[in-house]
Amino acid sequence: MAAIADTPVLYVRTAPAEQLLPPPASSGLIGWLRANLFSSFGNTVLTLACAALILWAVPPLLRFLFIDAVWSGPDREVCLASPAHPEPGACWAFVRVWLSYFIYGFYPIPARWRVDVFFAALAFGIGWLAWLSAPRRDLGAVYVFIVLPVLSVVLLYGFPAIGLPAVPTNLWGGVLVTIVVATVGIVASLPIGILLALGRRSELPAVRWLAIGFIEFVRGVPLITVLFMASVMLPLFVPQQIEPDKLLRALIGVALFASAYMAEVVRGGLAAVPRGQYEAARALALTYWPMMGLVILPQALRVTLPNIVNTFIGLFKDTTLVFVIGIFDFLRTIEAARGDPKWATPVTATTGYAFAALFYFVFCYGMSRYARSVEARLSRSDRR
Amino acid sequence: MAMQTPDDFAARNSSAEIAVEVAGLHKWYGEFHVLRDINLAVARGERIVICGPSGGGKSTLLRCVNRLEDWQRGRVVVDGIELTDDPKQILAVRRNVGMVFQQFNLFPHLTVLENCTLAPIWVRRMPKKQAEELAMRFLARVKIPEQAHKYPARLSGGQQQRVAIARALCMNPNIMLFDEPTSALDPEMVKEVLDTMVGLAADGITMLVVTHEMGFARQVADRVIFMADGQIIEINAPKQFFESPQHERTRLFLQQVLH
Ligand SMILES: Nc1ncnc2c1ncn2[C@@H]1O[C@H](COP(=O)(O)OP(=O)(O)OP(=O)(O)O)[C@@H](O)[C@H]1O
Ligand SMILES: [Mg+2]
Repeated sequence: MAAIADTPVLYVRTAPAEQLLPPPASSGLIGWLRANLFSSFGNTVLTLACAALILWAVPPLLRFLFIDAVWSGPDREVCLASPAHPEPGACWAFVRVWLSYFIYGFYPIPARWRVDVFFAALAFGIGWLAWLSAPRRDLGAVYVFIVLPVLSVVLLYGFPAIGLPAVPTNLWGGVLVTIVVATVGIVASLPIGILLALGRRSELPAVRWLAIGFIEFVRGVPLITVLFMASVMLPLFVPQQIEPDKLLRALIGVALFASAYMAEVVRGGLAAVPRGQYEAARALALTYWPMMGLVILPQALRVTLPNIVNTFIGLFKDTTLVFVIGIFDFLRTIEAARGDPKWATPVTATTGYAFAALFYFVFCYGMSRYARSVEARLSRSDRR
Repeated sequence: MAMQTPDDFAARNSSAEIAVEVAGLHKWYGEFHVLRDINLAVARGERIVICGPSGGGKSTLLRCVNRLEDWQRGRVVVDGIELTDDPKQILAVRRNVGMVFQQFNLFPHLTVLENCTLAPIWVRRMPKKQAEELAMRFLARVKIPEQAHKYPARLSGGQQQRVAIARALCMNPNIMLFDEPTSALDPEMVKEVLDTMVGLAADGITMLVVTHEMGFARQVADRVIFMADGQIIEINAPKQFFESPQHERTRLFLQQVLH
């Protein structure tokens, strides 16, 4: 108070104001800590509780996964407790021995290079489309949506006419199956979901009722049921001779299931586009499909991008359910391998599941990070 | 105005001098009778200003001209094309009728230039390069060629509305509809948009403008229409309209907007 009385009050500046450094407490490490971790009593308690939790959980985990882990060895002996090694950690030796089974299942060893080529071709396509400033992304789309599916079938299923012997899908397994199911689900669910969402808003009652009926029915039953139905009921509807492949049935089931969810996600995005956008497009004499494709959907998909990726992540993890109809996806191969008596130890199962968790986490977190970066980029371009 | 006889209508319809013909138009929203027996003929090159109290049906009438709204009774003929349920007719009319909205309705995910070239490329099947040249010409005309590569959100309201005008002009329309183009603008931006519209009027394009900018009406309108309760209460040349309105409702309305 006294200070104010002493200072002459000046409302109009007589000299230019210099740029000053920020006060010390508001920047730098101390400032950050104070602002974010210890800003109030409650916040301080939370910070300390979290720190305690981390200290309690992380060191044992690190010890199990890395420090006490066994990295190589011929059989279970190396992973058992011994006087030299009283507290055995993760048995990575087991994963190493079984790794090719986890990746390829029973895919014949001489033909496994075909799976590797498929992985490389897929990674190349995804990279092409995912890198937003890559050259000729239109060609990339043609590659991913037309060339790649054909190439994949030829490579994986085989094409005896050009010297690639057929490999029936009951030999496929592991990461290969997981990636195939997830990719087909993702690639099919977006376009089918968009069509269903548009159908649901259609002015033609027949189209609308079909779309609503499909979406509500599929969303009303668990994926397991859809898979069982695809597996058990589909053969009832088609002639005996062309009994569809078991994996193909699972692919259809997963794609339909994911499409129904995608339809609802896209519908939310469509509802977020203002009416004025439709009116402006109509006033410019655009017909339905150009209006949707050029004006409405780009905006709708943009606002729902986080939800779309969320659906993809859910789908990726849901692929593990295909084991119920006897398909050996990645998780199922781990399940099968952990029963190997040669590797029966107390830590075998834990190690296998830790490996599975790591695998799913890497893919799902990757998708999530990628979506975040695209969102950031889109919101920047909107405000440019 | 009495409803016209079919013969009368056909005669006018064939005349190339009529740009928009509205005859015996009725529209209901549910029970609500929003347009009640509207009859109006707009000559080619004519500039019409429509004003009236809120809820009087001005926007609805304007939106019937390019069939953004449909109606239950009556006929609308634009450029000699009758608007029916036939999508071909509707598209043929929309190709020749540009519309500018109160809220601009630019496409936010496209740049200014892409906003302008979208319809020429996809509706008129114009090559991209030619569409871009055309767009740049109209953007220069509304005096914002330097903003062509920005996204709409980066522009001021007045600039956005001028882009919307350029976007409509790129379809080379014979008729332009404006629905309160300056109502959503801050006062200092109203003039730049009105100036653009005055420039258009000088080109002889047929214009139907819903606005409360009475200065604009005085300056460019050939006729001023006063609408209330879904009816056309008065049509007059601007001089008579403002100086000696025929109807009590018009007089009251003018007292409120002019002071
Ligand atoms: N989709 C709709 N459904 C039901 N009523 C509507 C609809 N659109 C408009 N109306 C009603 O029709 C009447 C006329 O609306 P219109 O928008 O044509 O008025 P206006 O003269 O343009 O008014 P304003 O100056 O407020 O824009 C209003 O009472 C409005 O509430
Ligand atoms: Mg209105």
